[in-house]
Amino acid sequence: MAAVLKNPGIKRFSDNVAKFWFAMGPFRYLVAAGLMILVPVIMERGYLPEWTLLGYLDGLYGTNILFTTGVWILLALGLNVVVGMAGLLDLGYVAFLMLGAYTTALFTESGSAEQFHFAILNPWLALPIALVVAMLAGVLLGVPTLRLRGDYLAIVTLGFHEIVRQTMNNLEVTNGSRGIFGIPHPSVPVTGELGLDGTPYWQWLLVPAIILAVIMIKHLENSRVGRYWTALREDEVAAAAMGVPVTKMKVLAFVIGASTSGVAGWIYAVKLNYISPNNFPLLQSILVLCAVVIGGLGSIAGAVLGAALVIMLPEIVREASGGAEVFGFDIETGRIAVFGVLLIIVMIFRPGGLLAAKRRRVELMEAGAADMVISEAGPDPDETAAPVGQEPVVTEGDDVRAPSEGGEER
Amino acid sequence: MANAPLLELRDVHVHYGVIEAVRGINLTVNEGEVVTLIGGNGAGKTTTLRAISMVHGPSHGQILFRGEDITTLQSHKVVQKGIIQVPEGRHIFPNMSVAENLEMGAFQRTVARKQLDQELDHIFGLFPRLKERRKQMGGTLSGGEQQMLAIGRALMAKPVILMLDEPSMGLAPQVVELVFEVIAQVNADGVPILLIEQNAQMALQAAKRGYVIETGEIVLEDEARSLLGNDRVRKAYLGEE
Repeated sequence: MAAVLKNPGIKRFSDNVAKFWFAMGPFRYLVAAGLMILVPVIMERGYLPEWTLLGYLDGLYGTNILFTTGVWILLALGLNVVVGMAGLLDLGYVAFLMLGAYTTALFTESGSAEQFHFAILNPWLALPIALVVAMLAGVLLGVPTLRLRGDYLAIVTLGFHEIVRQTMNNLEVTNGSRGIFGIPHPSVPVTGELGLDGTPYWQWLLVPAIILAVIMIKHLENSRVGRYWTALREDEVAAAAMGVPVTKMKVLAFVIGASTSGVAGWIYAVKLNYISPNNFPLLQSILVLCAVVIGGLGSIAGAVLGAALVIMLPEIVREASGGAEVFGFDIETGRIAVFGVLLIIVMIFRPGGLLAAKRRRVELMEAGAADMVISEAGPDPDETAAPVGQEPVVTEGDDVRAPSEGGEER
Repeated sequence: MANAPLLELRDVHVHYGVIEAVRGINLTVNEGEVVTLIGGNGAGKTTTLRAISMVHGPSHGQILFRGEDITTLQSHKVVQKGIIQVPEGRHIFPNMSVAENLEMGAFQRTVARKQLDQELDHIFGLFPRLKERRKQMGGTLSGGEQQMLAIGRALMAKPVILMLDEPSMGLAPQVVELVFEVIAQVNADGVPILLIEQNAQMALQAAKRGYVIETGEIVLEDEARSLLGNDRVRKAYLGEE
C-alpha cells in the first residue's frame, strides 16, 4: 500500500491530473457537473465494465447507491469545515441531517390525514426552511457548547445526536418510531420528474448542491474567515490574543457545517419519501467523520473522495464477493470490518488522509519537518520532500489575501 | 484628558469561581512608559493581564483605557483598541510560516498588501533572525526565536500598548538579554509596555516604574530604580540576604 502510494510514477501521474484539473479554472465545475450527471446514466445502464469497480453498481441499485453517496459527500463537505478547518471535533453531525429531513416532512404534505404539519408547502419551499432550521440548530448547539474544547465538545455533540434522535423517536408530532411516510417528491419543470425514460436520477438533485457547497467552502477557506479558523485550530490562546473573535468563528463553522447538512436532509427526505429515527443511528455520525478523516482533514477533495469510499466501497465489496465466505463469515456481513482495516492502513501510511490538505500534511510531520526537507531533498527531489519543502513557499506567497485559483489545495 | 493615564486599573478584582485571585489592584501605565509587574508564582500577574485583555474579565472594578471603561468589551474588541498582549508561553502558530504568523498579527486591521509588506520588512529589520527563517514553520523555531516571533506578531497589530507576559520564561540567559534588548528598542519607538515578569532583576532594569504583587495584592509600588534598591524586593525576588 505504502509502496503504491509513494510510487513516483503514480505520484507524477496524479500531480499531472491535478495540474490539468486546476488549469481549467472555473470551467472545471462545469466538467464536474457534467460527469456527475452522466456517470449515473452510464452506470445504471451497466455500460461500465466490472474492473472499474463502479461496474458492479448497475441498475436501480447502483443509482440508489450513487444517491446515498451524493448525500454523504454533502455531509462530509460540511463536517470537513467543522472538524478539518476549524478543528472542532463534532461526533453528532448527522443530527443536523435529521433536523433538515424532519423539517421537510413537517412542512410538506406528508403522512396520514392525522399527521401534524407546521404548514403544508410545496417541497421546494421546504428547502430554505430546512436550511434555516439546521443553521439555527447550529447556533443553538454552538453558543453554549463551544466554550468546551476537544474531548468535552466531542461528548456534548455525541449527546446532541442522541438527543435529537430520541426526541424524534418520542414526539407525537414526528409520529415516533414509526416515522413519517409520504413526503412528496418535488416536481421538476418540463419533465415533471428527475431522470430519463422513467428512471429517476435523484442524484441529479445533489449535483448543484455539491458544486455550490464546494465553491462556498473554497471561498471561505481562502478568505479571512478561513485564516481565522486555521489560527483557532492551531492555537486558541494565540488566536484570541490576536483579536480573533473566537466564539463567533466557532459558531460560524458550526453554522456553515449545519447548512450543507440541512440541504442534504431535505434531499434525503424528498427522495426517500419516508424517514424514521431508525434511519439515523449514531454510527452514521461516526462514519461521516471516518469519511472526512480517510479523505484528509481540511481537504475539500478529500471529503468528496472519503464519502464516496465510505458508501461505495462496502457495496462494491458486497457485490464483488458474491457471497464468498472467509472463516465462516460471508464477506457481505463483514463489510463494515473492511473499513476498520482500511482506516488503520490509511492512518499508518497517509496520516493526513488520502488527499491531505497541504497545511495538514506539514502539521502531521511536525517533528522535524525542517530536517526532513534537508535530508530528503538530496537523493529524491520528486518524492515526499517536494510537498513538505515547497509548502511554505506556496502558502506564504503574495496571494494570501487575494483568493486565487493558484493557491488552492487539492 | 491630556493627563489621563493610557491604561488605568481601579480596584480590580478577579475571581475564578469562588477563588479571588486578584484582590483590588490599582495600576497605571502612562504614554511611553515601560511598567513592570513582578511577583512569584500564583501571585496574580497573568490573571491581571487576562483581565485587561478581557479574556477573563474582572468581577469588580474598572479598567480604563484612555479614560474609557473597557470592562464591557469582548476580548477581540479590546485587541481592536490596540491593547495587544503576547501570551505567556509564546503561543505562536506552529504550522504557519514565520511570515504567516506575523501576518496573523495584522489580521484585525485592514491593510493593503503593499503596506503589509512594508510592515513585515520593518519587523524583519527589528528581528533579522526571523527574516532568515521567514518561510520556516513557526513550530520549528528555537525558544528565543519563537519569543521574537510572538513579539513581532504583536507589533504587527500596531499596539497602542503592548503587554508581555513573562517573555523570559524558559529561555537561556543570553537569549533573555536579547529579548530585553528588543523590549527596550520597541519602547524607544514609542510603544508603552506593561511587562509581567518573574525575572525581577531584568524587569526592573528595563522598566521605569514597577509594581510588586503578592497573593493578589499590590504590596509595593515605586520607581523601578528604587525597587531595585528596596530591601524587601532584594530579599524576596533578587535572592539576596
